[in-house]
Amino acid sequence: MIKNLRVKSSKLVDETYRISFKFNGSTYYGFKGDTLASALLANNIHLVGRSFKYHRPRGIMTAGSEEPNAIVQLHNGTSRTEPNVRATEMEIYEGLVASSQNCWPSVKFDIGGINNFLSPLLPAGFYYKTFMWPASFWGKYEYFIRKSAGLGKSPNVPDPDIYEHKYIHCDVLVIGAGISGIIAAKTAAKNGFRTLLVEEKSYLGGSTIYQDSEFFKINNQNSASWLEKEINEIKKIENLEIKTRTSVAAFHGYNFLLARENLTDHLPLEQRENKTRQKLLKIRAKKVITATGSIERPLIFDNNDRPGILLSSAIKKYADLFGVACGEKNILFTNNDSAYETAISLIQKGIKVQAIIDNREEIDSKLIKETEKNNIKIYKGYTIVDTSGYKRINSISIMKLSKDGQKVIGSKENISCDNLGISGGWTPAVHLFTQSGGKLKFRDDDQVFIPNSYPSNQISIGSCRGDFTLDEILINATKLLKDFLNIKKTEYENIEIYSAFNKSKRNIWLLPSNKILGKTKSFIDFQNDATAKDIKLALREGFRSIEHVKRYTTTGMGTDQGKLGNMHALGIISETASSKMGELGTTTFRPPYTPLAFGTIVGRNVGKYFDITRKTPIHEWHVENKAEFENVGQWKRAWYYPQNGENMHEAVQRESKAARDSAGILDASTLGKIDIQGTDASEFLNRVYTNAWSKLEIGKCRYGLMLNEDGMVYDDGVTTRLDENHYIMTTTTGGAATVLGKLEDYLQTEWPGLDVYLTSVTDHYATISVCGPNSKKIIQKVIPEIDLSDKDFPHMSFKNSKIGKVKCRVMRISFTGEQSYEINIQANYAKSVWDNCMEAGKEFNITPYGTETMHLLRAEKGFIIAGQDTDATMTPIDLQMDWIVSKKKFDFIGKRSLYRSDTIREDRKQLVGLITDNPEEILEEGAQIVADMNKTPIEMLGHVTSSYFSPNLKKSIALGVVKGGKNMMGQKLIIPMEKKQINVTVTDPVFLDKENKRLNA
Amino acid sequence: MFLINCPFCGEREQSEFKAGGEAHIVRPKQPTELSDDQWAEYLFMRKNIKGIQFERWNHIHGCRKWFNMVRDTSNDEIKAVYKMGEKPPVK
Repeated sequence: MIKNLRVKSSKLVDETYRISFKFNGSTYYGFKGDTLASALLANNIHLVGRSFKYHRPRGIMTAGSEEPNAIVQLHNGTSRTEPNVRATEMEIYEGLVASSQNCWPSVKFDIGGINNFLSPLLPAGFYYKTFMWPASFWGKYEYFIRKSAGLGKSPNVPDPDIYEHKYIHCDVLVIGAGISGIIAAKTAAKNGFRTLLVEEKSYLGGSTIYQDSEFFKINNQNSASWLEKEINEIKKIENLEIKTRTSVAAFHGYNFLLARENLTDHLPLEQRENKTRQKLLKIRAKKVITATGSIERPLIFDNNDRPGILLSSAIKKYADLFGVACGEKNILFTNNDSAYETAISLIQKGIKVQAIIDNREEIDSKLIKETEKNNIKIYKGYTIVDTSGYKRINSISIMKLSKDGQKVIGSKENISCDNLGISGGWTPAVHLFTQSGGKLKFRDDDQVFIPNSYPSNQISIGSCRGDFTLDEILINATKLLKDFLNIKKTEYENIEIYSAFNKSKRNIWLLPSNKILGKTKSFIDFQNDATAKDIKLALREGFRSIEHVKRYTTTGMGTDQGKLGNMHALGIISETASSKMGELGTTTFRPPYTPLAFGTIVGRNVGKYFDITRKTPIHEWHVENKAEFENVGQWKRAWYYPQNGENMHEAVQRESKAARDSAGILDASTLGKIDIQGTDASEFLNRVYTNAWSKLEIGKCRYGLMLNEDGMVYDDGVTTRLDENHYIMTTTTGGAATVLGKLEDYLQTEWPGLDVYLTSVTDHYATISVCGPNSKKIIQKVIPEIDLSDKDFPHMSFKNSKIGKVKCRVMRISFTGEQSYEINIQANYAKSVWDNCMEAGKEFNITPYGTETMHLLRAEKGFIIAGQDTDATMTPIDLQMDWIVSKKKFDFIGKRSLYRSDTIREDRKQLVGLITDNPEEILEEGAQIVADMNKTPIEMLGHVTSSYFSPNLKKSIALGVVKGGKNMMGQKLIIPMEKKQINVTVTDPVFLDKENKRLNA
Repeated sequence: MFLINCPFCGEREQSEFKAGGEAHIVRPKQPTELSDDQWAEYLFMRKNIKGIQFERWNHIHGCRKWFNMVRDTSNDEIKAVYKMGEKPPVK
C-alpha cells in the first residue's frame, strides 16, 4: 500500500527530477532535494528501525541532526558501507541503498523484539548487576554481550574515498545560517571582516526560510520572503565565503574549530570518482558568532516512541520544505505555541489536523485563534496518557491535567490518528558554546540553559542564546553584533517586525499518567531506550551526580548524544531529588557534535603518507640488491640482504661471518650527527657526557655515554675533535632529534653563558662503514693518498682526506670489534663512494650487511644498544660500564643521581651475558629470567635484552638484565618458556676478543 | 588548541610547540653537596596547580627557543610569555 503523500508547492524539492533508491530491498522514488527521511515519509513509511535495547519499532522522529531513531546502514556489504547514518540528513541520490539496523531478520519482524516483553527484567544497570557474578563466567557473557552490542555494521575493507584537511583563517566565523546567522554574516562581511559562514544543511535560511505566513512579518513582507532577499544579497558579497553541508564538529579553546565539509555524499556514486568526499576544516577565527539555533523538545508520556510520532516542528518542515504530509489524520500535542504554527502550515496545504492537545489551560494567542477558525478541536489543559499501534501509531488516550499538573483527572478519551506531532518547547543548541569552555546559566521562566560567560572572543545569537521569537532574535542580535564587531550601525536598526508567537509555556518534565510509573514506558532517550522510570530507579539506588545517572542509565550515550532527551533527564532528576536545575548542571558536551568518519579525521595521512619516510642517499642501491628493510624511527634501514633464497637467519649468519673473516660494509648514514662549535665546546661535552673531554687531542675520537639528570643512560655515541673548538658528535639513529633538543635545552636554560653552537648535520653527511681484517686494504684503494698505518692512524682517531676532489672525513672507530673505518662524505657523493668501496672490495669478498648483522656483531663484543639493552632504569654502573664514569669531574648531567640510595643498591638489575647450556638453543628477546621455579610466586629476576646465534663463536649468546647479576658470574639460571625451561649460565657480557686484538689485526 | 605568542616569532599554533614542565626550577650549582632528599626535591618534585602556573615552553617546530609562560590551568588562559632569564611579568 504505497500512497503518494506529496502536497504541492514545496520549497526544496524539484518534482521534475525523480530519483530511485532502495530501502530494505524495495525500490522507492523521491525527488531531487529530498532527504532519505522525507522520501520515505512521502512513501508512507514511518517504521525504519528498532530501538537498541528493547528492539521496539521506531520511526522517523525529527528532520535534522538530532535524530535518534532513523539511523540506517548505507550500501551494506560494499566498501562504502557506513553505519548510523541519519536518514534525516542523508540527501537521496540515484542508486542509494539503505537498510534498517539492529533488527533480524527484518525491521517488520524482529526476533529481538522479545526484549520489549522482557523489559521488566531489563532495568537500568541490568548489565552491571547481572554479569558481575560469578566473575569467572565473564568470558561466556562477553561473547553474547558483544553480539548484541552496537547498532550498524562497520566496513571491513579499506575506505576507497579520498579525504582532505584544510586550514582556514578568518576574521569572523558564523556557525549556522538561520536568520540570525545570515544577518550576522552580512553585517560582519559588509563591515570589512573576512567572514566564513558554515551551515550543516544543504540550504540557507534555517526554519525562517519556510516560515511563510502572515503571522510572521519583517518590513511588511512574510519573513521567508524577506530572508530570501537577504540570502540573495549575501551570496554576492566578496569577502564572505559560504559553506553548506558543513557541520562544526568541535569548538576548542582560542577559537580553534573543526568542521566537516561534505562534498560528495549527495551525488550519485558514479559522479564521485576521484573527488574528495569530505574535508576536515581546521578553522582559526579571530571572532566566532554561534548561531546554531535550537532543538525542539519532545514530551515525555507513556508509549511516546511509536512510529508516526514526530516532533511537531519536523512535521511542519516536511510539509513546507519537502511537500510531504507525514499522515492523513494528524494530531498535535504541545505545551507551547509552536504546534499551532505547524497546524496552520498543514491547513494551508490541505493536510487534515484532527485535534490539538495542549497542556496549557488558559491560553489565547493569534495563532490559536487562527487554528480554531479552521474548526480544529483544541483540548486545553489535557495530556496524552497512552498511545497504541505497534508499527504505527493508530490512536491516543487523553485525560485532563490537574491544576498543579501533577495528576490526571476525569475520564479517558481515545482519539484515532495516524500521526502525532509533539512539542515540548525549545532547547537552545549550546553544545558548541560549552565545548569551547562557555558556562551556562538556567533561565527559570521557560526552563532553558543559556550562555552566561564566554571564554574566548565569541558570542551566541538567535535561539541558541534563548531568543525564540522573531522580534527578540532580530533586535537582540543587532544589538549584540554592534558591540561584538565594534560598529556603530547596522542596516537592521529601524526594522519592523511582527510575530504572532506567544511565549507562554507549561513545562512538565514527566507528564502524569493514570498508571503507576512502573507500568509505563515514557522514553527520554529514544536511541538507548532509557525511560523516566530508569532515571528514577537510578536515583532510588543512590546515584546523585548527573554524570553518574547518565552512565548508569545510558541516557544521552547514543550516536545522537541525547540531543532530544537530556533536558528531560535533568528535569526529572531535579524534581525527584528536589535540587535546582541551575545547580544540578548539565552533562559535559564533548566533540564531535555529530559523528565523524575515521577517514575525515585522518585525511590524507593514510598508507605511505601516514608518516614521513627518511631514506639514506644509498637507499636505491639497497633496494636493487634486494635488501629487506627495517623501520628505525622514520628511517628505512637495510636489515639484511638475502641471497639465493636465504632466510633471515641464513643471511645474517653469512654476513656476520664475512665481516669478521674478510670485510663487511654498512650504510651507517642514519646515525645522528651534531656539529658542535664554540670556545666552550670542550667544557660543554664535559657536562653532558659522563667521561672527561678536555684532554682529548685534536684528531681523536672518544665514546661517550649521556645520562638523564636521574642518572639513567639516555644515549651513546662517538664524538670526534675536529679542531680546538670544533667537535662532531654522533648519536643513535632514533635518538638524534631528542638528544639535540636536550642539549639545546641545557644550553639555553641552564648554561646560557657557554659559547657553544649546535647544528644538526645528520642529513648532510652520509656514513659508510667498512670493517674486517681486509678493511684497511679496501680503504687504501678507495683513498690512495691517505696514510693508514697503525702508527699514523690508530684506532679512535680521524683524518680529513679527499676522494678525487671531494673532501671527506675518515674515522677509525669500531662498533663491531673489528678493524673498521667510517667514511663521512657529503650525502650527494655517497652512492659513488659506496660503489667505489664495493668495487675495491670485490677481491676480498666485501659483504654488505644490515642492521641485524650489526646488532649480532656488537653483541659478540658486549656493546650495548641504548634503548634495547637499556631502558630508562639502567645506570652506567648497572651496565658494568663503571670505567666510563669520571670520578674526577666536578659535575655532569646525572652525576648526583648515581649515588642516590636507590641507584647504589647492589640488587639492581645489571647487564650480564647469558650462555645457554645447549649451544644451539637461541633465547627469545624479552623472555623472563628466574632462579627458582619452586618459589611462589616465582620471582622474576630480569629479562633477555639481546639474543643471537653467533657464527663466529658457533654458539648461542645473549645479553640480559638480572637483579644483582654482577655478582652472579657462573651461576645457573632458568628461562621459563611456554612449553619448556631453558638453562643458562651467567657470564661476562663480552663474548669475543676480550683483549681487543682484532681492532689492530 | 592554544595560540601561543612566541617571544621571538609572534603568534603560532600550539602544534608548533612543546611543553617543558614547570618553570623557574634552577639546577643546583653544587649537586654533590646536596642530601638525597634535597636532590630529589630538585629532580622529581613538580607543582600541578589549578590556577596560575609558570611553565617552560619550546618553539620546537619554529625558532627552537625555550621561553616561559604564565598560564591559568583552570581555563587555559595564557597570561604572559617571556624570555628565559627574565622575571615573570605577572604574579
